[in-house]
Amino acid sequence: MARYVALIIVFAVLIGIFALGLERDPRKLPSVLIDKPAPEYALPRVKDPLSTTGSADYAGQMVLVNIWATWCAGCRQEHDYLLQLAARNEIPIYGIDWRDQRPQALKWLNELGDPYVASAYDEDGRVGIDWGVYGAPETFLVSRDGHVLYKHIGPLDESIWQTEFVPRIAAQGTAK
Amino acid sequence: MRQTLILILTLLVSASAIAIDTELAFEDPEMQARYEELIAEVRCLVCQNQNIKDSNVFLASDLRREIRRMMSEGMSDAEIADFLVARYGEFVLYNPRKSGRTLVLWVTPALLLGIGAIVLVRVVRDRMNMPVDNDVLES
Repeated sequence: MARYVALIIVFAVLIGIFALGLERDPRKLPSVLIDKPAPEYALPRVKDPLSTTGSADYAGQMVLVNIWATWCAGCRQEHDYLLQLAARNEIPIYGIDWRDQRPQALKWLNELGDPYVASAYDEDGRVGIDWGVYGAPETFLVSRDGHVLYKHIGPLDESIWQTEFVPRIAAQGTAK
Repeated sequence: MRQTLILILTLLVSASAIAIDTELAFEDPEMQARYEELIAEVRCLVCQNQNIKDSNVFLASDLRREIRRMMSEGMSDAEIADFLVARYGEFVLYNPRKSGRTLVLWVTPALLLGIGAIVLVRVVRDRMNMPVDNDVLES
């Protein structure tokens, strides 16, 4: 009898582990950068190749760093929401245009609107690697002391904003 | 007919010649061998069941470029692995390093094997002590 009870317990534990495994999306990897200093960078701006933008621009501020590209369907999907968010003036959004082509990127910003304070042009993907980017869009929440508080993979929307970002921002005091 | 056959054979042979990087990364054969070994051990995060040696997506080619750069700067394999893990986590390495966080990966199989062995020995011992008739009744 005891033997069967033991077997059932082992079976139940395994079922539990597998059920947890099924719920999780193996494509969404937790960022190892959470609570670590955000990578520093300085790159030419998308809109002006002669001037640079980068982490120094938002030192001491809480910001979103959004990795985007014109070839990325999810980026198009979240673009209108980013415009809304920028218009609400809750938090500055800095863009990193990852592995893109400048003419297309310029066209995108001019035609669809530009939610970014500035977009850095990461042509060869070097800065993307420092941020551990593997699939755009990715959005990082960076604290005032320059640490990564949270990373969201995939298009941003209001419900993700409310559940994942707002509480973390509130925990830090107001964003501004 | 003969020409078609030659064409088919040529195509069959050339398929194996298609490589991701057309040129060798390093002239030194030793460095090249080290490089190929390294990139075979790094997971492509976009196509997770491929290594960056076999993958054609641009993230994989970016990572190969970074690995080439680090190697030519004289960094060791361990330093290169640290660079990748600091950015992408242990998952990026196909052969996880033996550290605290990955210990469970290395210990669990041995542990399970041990438990299995103990159970097996016990079952066999129990059976040895059983009278033969009982065995039939129980099953």
